Amino acid sequence: MKRSFSRRQKLTIVNGILSIVAMIVVLQLWLLTATMNSFLGGEETVLLPAGIASAVCLFLNAGLLWYIYQMERR
Amino acid sequence: MTDTPPDQLSVPPNGRPYHEQPQWRNDFPIDWPQDELVARRDFTKFLVLTSFAFVVGQAWIVLENLRRRRRGLPPVRKIADLSTIPIGSALTFAYPAAHDDCILVRTGEERFVAYGQKCTHLSCAVTPRPKDNCLYCPCHNGVFDLETGVPTAGPPRRPLPRIQLEIRDGAIYATGVEVRG
Repeated sequence: MKRSFSRRQKLTIVNGILSIVAMIVVLQLWLLTATMNSFLGGEETVLLPAGIASAVCLFLNAGLLWYIYQMERR
Repeated sequence: MTDTPPDQLSVPPNGRPYHEQPQWRNDFPIDWPQDELVARRDFTKFLVLTSFAFVVGQAWIVLENLRRRRRGLPPVRKIADLSTIPIGSALTFAYPAAHDDCILVRTGEERFVAYGQKCTHLSCAVTPRPKDNCLYCPCHNGVFDLETGVPTAGPPRRPLPRIQLEIRDGAIYATGVEVRG
């Protein structure tokens, strides 16, 4: 059975998720600049792993957002 | 009496709980804590969209790299006859594509160097200064060593792409591009 949270608890959870998502987005920004630097420098080996890592970050972020919407429906 | 939670500061006009309200009432709530919750949620949504944009950027880099690979080796192309380039002078040419501006500098009797002309900082055109043994970018005072193309001053961090050269039959040819990190 899924637990229903009070609104105060929901706000705390949303704040926590927002902090995590913000950190992941900063990580993605760093990944993008590092990848662009490698690409312009002719270094090819990091491009695909960095792209995959960024996609994983996106899925994580999307999952956390989905959790917020699910939590609000309860 | 409604089934409103104790921390619900206000009750929607029809008295029903929030999850049974129409979407517009959830998105534009009438009390402050609910508004705060929605604002944080929407900011999270905005960050997720930013995250998506970063992934699109990464994908674009990977595709551009594939396109660069598919182009293969650049063609061998004649730049000029040796007699037309005095020692200490420079010549601009396009290589490998028509919009890839490059610069050739004759530094000695049999010594030539050639680089892509776009500064590795923000793509301004670099100009040769053979007397100072450097290439200079006027936009942000970037300086590159003439012999190696390595940045020696200013904001650029990457060396200029080096154009590989070959001298044959009294002419100089471009044979490849060496992109360096």
